[in-house]
Amino acid sequence: MKMSYREALRWSIREALKNDSRVFLVGEDVGAYGGSYAVSKDFLKEFGQEKILDAPLSELGFTGIGIGAALGGLRPIIEIMTVNFSLLALDQIINSAAFLCHMSGGQFSVPVVIRMTTGGGRQLAAQHSNSWEGWLAHVPGVKILTPGTVIDAKFMLQYALEDPNPVLIFEHALLLNHVQEIDENFQGTSPFKAMVLKEGRSLTLATYGGMLPRSLEAVSILEQKGKSIELIDLRCLRPLDEESILTSVKKTHRLLIVDEGWRSGSFAAEISARVMEKIFYELDAPVQRLCRREVPIPYAAQLERAAIPQTDDIVSKIQEMLR
Amino acid sequence: MIDEEKIFLLKNMLRVRRMEELCAELYTREKIRGFLHLYIGEEAVATGVLSLVDPVDNVMATYREHAHALLKGISAKSIMAEMFGRVDGCSGGRGGSMHLYSREKRFFGGNAIVASGIPQAVGLALAAQRLRESRKTICFFGEGAIAEGVFYESLNMASLWKIPLLFCCENNLYAMGTGLVRSQAQTDLIKKATIHNISAETVNGMDVLEVVAKTKKALEYISNEKKPYFLEFKTYRFRPHSMFDPDLYREKSELEVWKKHCPIDSFSSSLLSTQIISEDSLKNLKIEIENEMQEAIVFAEKSLEESVNELERHVYLQAGI
Ligand SMILES: Cc1ncc(C[n+]2csc(CCOP(=O)(O)OP(=O)(O)O)c2C)c(N)n1
Repeated sequence: MKMSYREALRWSIREALKNDSRVFLVGEDVGAYGGSYAVSKDFLKEFGQEKILDAPLSELGFTGIGIGAALGGLRPIIEIMTVNFSLLALDQIINSAAFLCHMSGGQFSVPVVIRMTTGGGRQLAAQHSNSWEGWLAHVPGVKILTPGTVIDAKFMLQYALEDPNPVLIFEHALLLNHVQEIDENFQGTSPFKAMVLKEGRSLTLATYGGMLPRSLEAVSILEQKGKSIELIDLRCLRPLDEESILTSVKKTHRLLIVDEGWRSGSFAAEISARVMEKIFYELDAPVQRLCRREVPIPYAAQLERAAIPQTDDIVSKIQEMLR
Repeated sequence: MIDEEKIFLLKNMLRVRRMEELCAELYTREKIRGFLHLYIGEEAVATGVLSLVDPVDNVMATYREHAHALLKGISAKSIMAEMFGRVDGCSGGRGGSMHLYSREKRFFGGNAIVASGIPQAVGLALAAQRLRESRKTICFFGEGAIAEGVFYESLNMASLWKIPLLFCCENNLYAMGTGLVRSQAQTDLIKKATIHNISAETVNGMDVLEVVAKTKKALEYISNEKKPYFLEFKTYRFRPHSMFDPDLYREKSELEVWKKHCPIDSFSSSLLSTQIISEDSLKNLKIEIENEMQEAIVFAEKSLEESVNELERHVYLQAGI
């Protein structure tokens, strides 16, 4: 059956609300407006005000309230309208949600799920085009999920809600209308492991989230030219499934990481470092990265395209690496 | 109020005072390290408020929370062991003075980011309301927290969503070295609550009986109206902000004036003069407290240091717990 990423997210939240009386959705415009990306359209009518809580413009406040509610026994799904506004909530996310378990000697954990739309590519300019998932993955105590497929959009939330720790889900805005054929009977698989989406021999391409469809496209283009590329969907940036990456690189001996974050201090840098530390002698060529260029994202379409890795960039980078 | 209750209040204020004095001593002996914030001078507030709190209730506090932790039922032993950084500490030595926690006692910290406990307390109260649990939620914070945006966000949502909890602002007039008059254009803190349609009252935080009376009224209001309530306790800390603070920003004379209103001296004199307590029983009470605190120190000394092999424990809670 065919399903869009948006429908999948919607399905997952609806299931959670139906199946667990402790779950509620809180965030800006999740109710009357229907979600700023229409993910929770009509939920207010279906579930009522207790379950669908329209919050004022108070990211730090309602994130803190969600954390407290989780400590008090509920299972909040906190929606931060977009990743850009999560900066206003960072203190609660990091200093409290992430650290509480450790600071309390393992007594308290914070079972919240915090969802937010991430990424650039829609000509929204600098303040609305950030990709903070790699940055947040720096912090021990949180788990970072980055669904890049419809199946993951459909099932990651359920695993996140079952986890006793704070889980952040970064949903890519460009993927919302993305439609994929999915198996209706499939029940999902643990999101905390990477997945090899395409097997190949000569190079490993590791990526996640919004960069996934264009990476897949690049791999198919190259396949037609006789190249065999292995594509890994990281799916979860923390805890990182390092094993899957190392296994693949041991086979292909080449690695390209495509990451929508800025290059300096990027998540791609982390993966590159780990590969270097652990299996340097398996490499036939230096690890390469394709990242966001080091500018705030501009409005003009051609400039924005140039700032964020595109399919063509991935294709030429791989060709260069295989030359 | 019956005499036993008054003696109980005096005893708890004395326990807090003695524990804090010993902490200061242990700090100079380098047994306690890091930041240490003492509550000396402010004892009547936590003592009075928490005398009305039950074990099932939620309490949220700041980094100046030794008193609140003790009076919520965490033992002096495990508090002291925590400050020594030992395994038997109430946070397993991971938190220290500023991060006392107890899941069992429903003590939620121990927050060292100013104002960060406030929205969480609103969330705890929201959960209790949704789960139809009859527990009260009490949130303590200093007047410095009122300058943080999240204070306004939290009060707004608590009022808007009719979440029953008690906000307790411990106004000791200084946020580190910044006096209230130098940080707020509006120093009438009651107005900070009433702008959000939250009822509020000012309390003499140096008078434990007034603290009890007004807190009782506030808790009745919360339980009847199912709404938040705000109390401002006017109080003063007799010690510097922390052990690092050279205390340069206030006049010694100001401190001396406030010391005349010491919540413990005035209350114990009044109990003695009205013969609610005798000199002898007061002496015995102090001996009992001294024993409790000395035992706590011995316990902390004897408690083990956690092996560094365990360093990465507790970063995540394992699923299924
Ligand atoms: C967000 C934040 N900013 C600054 C600090 C540093 N700091 C610690 S305590 C404090 C003063 C707080 O004063 P108040 O809230 O009145 O509480 P009190 O210390 O008087 O009990 C400051 C500025 C901090 N811990 N958190």
